[in-house]
Amino acid sequence: MLEKILILLCLSSALAEQPCKPDASDGYKVRLSIKTALGDEAYVWNENEMFLFRATLAFAMRSHLNGQEFDVSNIIVCDETPRVTFWFVVTSPLNTSGLVDKGVVEEAIRMSRNRINSAFLLTDKTLEFIGITPTLTAPVNPDTPPWLIVFGVVMGAVGAGIIVVLVSPLVLKKRKKNEETDEDEEETGVKAVENGSTREGVYNMSFSDDERLTQM
Amino acid sequence: MKLKLPNPGLDDRIPSHGDLEKMEKEEAGDRPKWDNKAQYLLTCVGFCVGLGNVWRFPYLCQSHGGGAFMIPFLILLVLEGIPLLHLEFAIGQRLRKGSVGVWRSISPYLTGVGIASMLVSFLVGMYYNTIMAWIIWYLFNSFQDPLPWSQCPLNANRTGLVEECARSSTVDYFWYRETLNTSTAIDEAGGLQWWMVLSLVAAWILLYVCCIRGIETTGKAVYITSTLPYLVLTIFLIRGLTLKGSIDGIKFLFTPDINELMNPSTWLDAGAQVFYSFSVAFGGLISFSSYNSIHNNCEQDAVLISIINGCTSVYSATVIYSIIGFRATQKFDDCLGDNIWKLMNAFDYPENNITDSNYNEVLAHLNQTNPEIIQGLELQTCDLQSFLSQGVEGTGLAFIVFTEAIIKMPFSPLWAVLFFVMLFCLGLSTMFGSIEGVVVPLQDLRLLPRTWPKEVFCGLTCLISLALGLIFTLRSGNYWLALFDNFAGSIPLLVIGFCEMFAVIYIYGIDRFNKDIEFMIGHKPNIFWQVTWRVVSPLIMIFILIFYFVTQISKSLTYLVWDQESENFPTLEARPYPSWIYVMIFILAGVPSLAIPVFALFKFIQNKCCKKDHNDYTVDTISAKIQMSDKIKL
Repeated sequence: MLEKILILLCLSSALAEQPCKPDASDGYKVRLSIKTALGDEAYVWNENEMFLFRATLAFAMRSHLNGQEFDVSNIIVCDETPRVTFWFVVTSPLNTSGLVDKGVVEEAIRMSRNRINSAFLLTDKTLEFIGITPTLTAPVNPDTPPWLIVFGVVMGAVGAGIIVVLVSPLVLKKRKKNEETDEDEEETGVKAVENGSTREGVYNMSFSDDERLTQM
Repeated sequence: MKLKLPNPGLDDRIPSHGDLEKMEKEEAGDRPKWDNKAQYLLTCVGFCVGLGNVWRFPYLCQSHGGGAFMIPFLILLVLEGIPLLHLEFAIGQRLRKGSVGVWRSISPYLTGVGIASMLVSFLVGMYYNTIMAWIIWYLFNSFQDPLPWSQCPLNANRTGLVEECARSSTVDYFWYRETLNTSTAIDEAGGLQWWMVLSLVAAWILLYVCCIRGIETTGKAVYITSTLPYLVLTIFLIRGLTLKGSIDGIKFLFTPDINELMNPSTWLDAGAQVFYSFSVAFGGLISFSSYNSIHNNCEQDAVLISIINGCTSVYSATVIYSIIGFRATQKFDDCLGDNIWKLMNAFDYPENNITDSNYNEVLAHLNQTNPEIIQGLELQTCDLQSFLSQGVEGTGLAFIVFTEAIIKMPFSPLWAVLFFVMLFCLGLSTMFGSIEGVVVPLQDLRLLPRTWPKEVFCGLTCLISLALGLIFTLRSGNYWLALFDNFAGSIPLLVIGFCEMFAVIYIYGIDRFNKDIEFMIGHKPNIFWQVTWRVVSPLIMIFILIFYFVTQISKSLTYLVWDQESENFPTLEARPYPSWIYVMIFILAGVPSLAIPVFALFKFIQNKCCKKDHNDYTVDTISAKIQMSDKIKL
């Protein structure tokens, strides 16, 4: 009796391990590059980290399939390497021997990718799910391209500069003209007074000869 | 060589020494003047120091044997550059006119030289300002983080990057697609690219506002545009020296290879670089010197500006190559890191097992044990030397290589803004000289009414250049620009330069020229100037001209094309020009060069057929016939 139970247990455990193997049809390979991502602050990969991974994955499955209560035991991991790569499969909580479909797992992971990454302080590149391409973030595209804004500012300043340069001599000329007409008026007034005393004049030398007698 | 060609009537056409002294004292004022000597020097330095110092000289230096290139460069600088510069300064200062005026005064048959200068200044100004438009585009795009050339856009269904960008690089894509939107051949015109048109309009308006009243306004602008590049170069040098790999770049630049001195093309390139770098034969320098006072020491100026030009070339080469060294080291590290990543993942080694130092041994070991897997990985060969020598000159240096280096530096937008402001200032100060070389001859030729103010001449020049320059905003604009650069700015300049020297020494007369310089600066030019002016410099120019001509004619004319379907994409593919291009080449290179003999012939014919009319101009008056004597006879 005991032997039968032992054999059954061995068989069941063997059966339980079988779903997870490299290149499993419903499994995914995971690759972590902790030292590349964190350098000196890298943590060591151990059993506890693995537990966290399984828990995070269970969380992702729960979030995606609302209602089904996934547990850590539903995530089965195998084939760990020193590189820190391993395979995992997800069993359904309703039917422990049945595996959740690959597509469903992929969708769940995509939805919660960010949360999974941040749980391990990694990025899409350093926590890779082989086969699930990360959704690319589109480059930021503002509504008005920034260069148009700079262009508008610079052109506005330059346009103002051109207007100032072209208009300023005209303004100066006008101002000078106004001043001149004012001076003219003053002068004619002054001259009228001065003309009264024209006893003094400037003696013009050109009409005087060096010699008083012209030579014949 | 005391050869002097007959030149009747020269004294009537030029002001005598006495006239010049009088003009100096009375300050006969319709000719503009420099506010101070610094303005004049900064303007000339700005005109000479241009984009060529930053993106042509470093490439030549590195590709022709590094430190060894300094030898032909310095020799030709002294034998060719300084004499030409002194000649232009002296003749402009003496005859006090722009280029057309000067050559017309020396001999009416030489008006063609001035007109050729004007045409070349116009053509070169047209395409040079398009490069300014590109610089402005990049400058306006530098005010954002992250820089637009650091990312590839996503393709239509957002599954990956745009194919063209993924196959080449983000900077290539931004330059060829988002800036130029280049087509695949020069015949495929494509349409006008509106963003390029806007940038071109901005470039011409900025130039107009600085040139609007000639040296009155440019003289103020050069305080900034001529000094800012040196400041930015220094900042980049300090920044560059603190980056990893910059010393490798500088070492690569200056490592001498003496064997290159045996190669004639080294000397040819050095001579051509000295000639083009001094911006002689454009007519701008003659104009600028004509605004000087008559006793300005032009000999000292010529030597000073030549030294500054040479030193700037070497300094900017150092800065550029320190940054290129940084970029090459980054690319090398990335390449190596990529290979290590692939190996680690393929063989499941723990991280940091393969490092840069043991990479080669590990690879060799793995190649022996698992050669098929290694083949399957497609590892790239990473060679620092090949990254350093990724041949970079011209627009490729500024808009592809340097922008790539900038995105790898922290605070990229700051460095991008500084770099493009520097390029903008370098180009703008050169454009001042170009515009001077077009506007002043236009005024001298009296094609338009004299009463029109200078602002109108300047505005018309800018407007027409803008309209014709729209060709560079087409999709094939880049290819047109390369065409202009190769043909409009090369052979005609050499021809004009040679004719200038010949005209001053043998038609104006070296004796008269020596006396003029003695009058202006106080001592006769010494034996160095006599030898170089009469023999050495003209010979060098003829050599360069002939060699240039021969190399251009002998090689089949091809141009480099960005074509996604070509096999070597993203390397540019060489494609032959279509046959109608030869007409364009003739217009660009032939028309200015031929303007010289055509005008001489025209004047000759005009003189011959209208010789009779000349006699009618002398009027016989009675008073001319009476002899005036001391004593009046009664």
